[in-house]
Order: sequence, then structure tokens, then C-alpha cells
Amino acid sequence: MGLLKDKVCLVTGASKGIGRAIAEEFAKQGAIVYANARTPESIDEWANNLSKEHQTKVIPAYFDITDLADAKNTVMQIKSDEKRIDVLVNNAGMVTYEMIPMAQIDTFRAMLDVNVVAPFSLLQIVSRVMGRQKAGSIINMASIVADKGAKGQVSYATTKGAIIAMTKSAAKELAPSQIRVNAVAPGMVGTERFVNVFEEKFKDKIDNIGMGRLAEPSEIADLCVFLASDMSKYVTGQIIGIDGSTEL
Amino acid sequence: MNTLETYNSIFVETFQVEESELNAEFNSDNVEKWDSVCQLSLVTNMEDTFDIMMEPEDIIGFKSYEEGKTILEKYDVKIA
Repeated sequence: MGLLKDKVCLVTGASKGIGRAIAEEFAKQGAIVYANARTPESIDEWANNLSKEHQTKVIPAYFDITDLADAKNTVMQIKSDEKRIDVLVNNAGMVTYEMIPMAQIDTFRAMLDVNVVAPFSLLQIVSRVMGRQKAGSIINMASIVADKGAKGQVSYATTKGAIIAMTKSAAKELAPSQIRVNAVAPGMVGTERFVNVFEEKFKDKIDNIGMGRLAEPSEIADLCVFLASDMSKYVTGQIIGIDGSTEL
Repeated sequence: MNTLETYNSIFVETFQVEESELNAEFNSDNVEKWDSVCQLSLVTNMEDTFDIMMEPEDIIGFKSYEEGKTILEKYDVKIA
């Protein structure tokens, strides 16, 4: 369909799960995708195959998003190579499941770094590139737990609450530059990682999902395509739930 | 155009002043028009022209004609 034809997109955390599905859907829609992963060479083959399959460019961008200098260098390199960045998907994140007494502060700090500080830093850098273009779409990954709360996920929900706040304020500040900032808030998504945890900890929660099933990663990716595309060119500052009517 | 001429032209364009007015006294304390919006515009023009991206502390610190030269040196832009 080519909804993202030739749009230059940076997707963080693209080596697996939702990020991988987003990168794949973006490539299918004709985007030039810079797919971020931490481990060098880990997604070379996948990116190469995806490029061939959809006759576009899927380029691995290896950096740790918490290494802010490295992240900045990568953004500058993309700007230098492509002359623009149209879309940033702040997808990479970490998640924990533990009751409050068991939550370790060091782990919480690390999660804040990955889930909040790094996305903010990327938003800060990329929005300055987009500001020159007077166009751009930034998509942040929130979560249903930030809005509704979830037992055993206080620290994770805290970071995602910050993402919602960041999204709303950034949207207001960047709107005059025609940069849109939105967030998607998935419920339970059937990624490989979650399915493993789900089997162990949340199997009884399936009844809480109105639609009676986990979301497919590709369904989250579809929403990201909409937010990245010109189909949503007047949509900003929104937190869009995608949870199949889930009650936590 | 050498880098000094380019640097000066950005100030002239941003602040709508004559090049002859640019000296060590040209700073945020002495120039009435030098507010945060103007400073951001100045920095953006510098970044676009010299193809750099400044750190937040340098954007904040870019408060004078002379200080700007020092900051740009950090990004391997020698104003001369």
C-alpha cells in the first residue's frame, strides 16, 4: 500500500517482539527503516531479507539507547545519510513483574533509564532534526498499566506513566513545528517473551481480555503505521489504547 | 566566505544588526532582543550552517558573541 513510502523511520528495540513487528510493517509500507538493536550483527540477516522482500532499505542501527552519546551520533549519521528523519518509534523498553517489597531500587533505576531517560533523549535529539523539516511523527510506547494500574507492576507502570506525561507535554511544545507526538498503550501482547511469562504468571488473566486473546505484535504495528503515516497528520498528544477491551 | 564571516552573518540575520556592532560586548545582558527564543534561533542557525548538534548545556551557554566562538570550537568549528 505504501503508506510510509520513503519515510525515514528510526525504530528502537527492533530485534524482537513489538519493535520487530513495527519495523517489518514499516518496511512493508515502503519506509526506509533504521532498526535499532544492541548486539552488533544480530539483525543483519533479518534486515537484509526484509530489504529485499519489500524493495526498501532496512538498516541495522546498533546502539544501546541508554548510551546517550552513541544514540546522538546515530541520529546525526541518519540525518547526514538521509537528510531527514520522519518518524521515531520509542519502542525499546524493559519490564519487570514484582510486588512492592521485592522491587529492587537498582533495577527500578535501570528501568527508568531505559523506559524514560533514553526515550526522552531520543525525542530531544530527533525533534530538533524534525524541527528543521517542520514535520515529523514521534510514537512512544506506553502501556495499559500506566492508566489502569496493575498489581505487581508498580515500578514498570511508573515508567510508563512518565511516558504518557512526556507525550502530552512534548506534543504541545512541538505542535508549532508540525511535529506530532503520540503514544500507543498496549494491553497484553503475545510476544515470545510475554507468552512465556503469561503461561507462568497470568494465565488466569485471559478472562480479563474482552476479546479473549492476546494481541498480536503486528496489530500494535498497524497502529504505529497509522500514527507514522499522513493518515494521522492532525493527530497529536493522544494516548491510544490497544488492548482488546482489557480489564486489569 | 570564511567561518568568521559566516558566523557574523548568522548574528546579523538573527539580531538584525550591522556587522560592525558585533564585539565582545555583544551578549544577552547588553542586547535587548537577545531572549530565549532568539537564542534558540541563533543556535539552530549555527547548527544548520556548521552541520553540528549542540548539547543542551551549550545551547544554554550560548549567551554572547565571544562565548559562541568557544562553544563552536568544541564541535571542531574554528571561527577565524
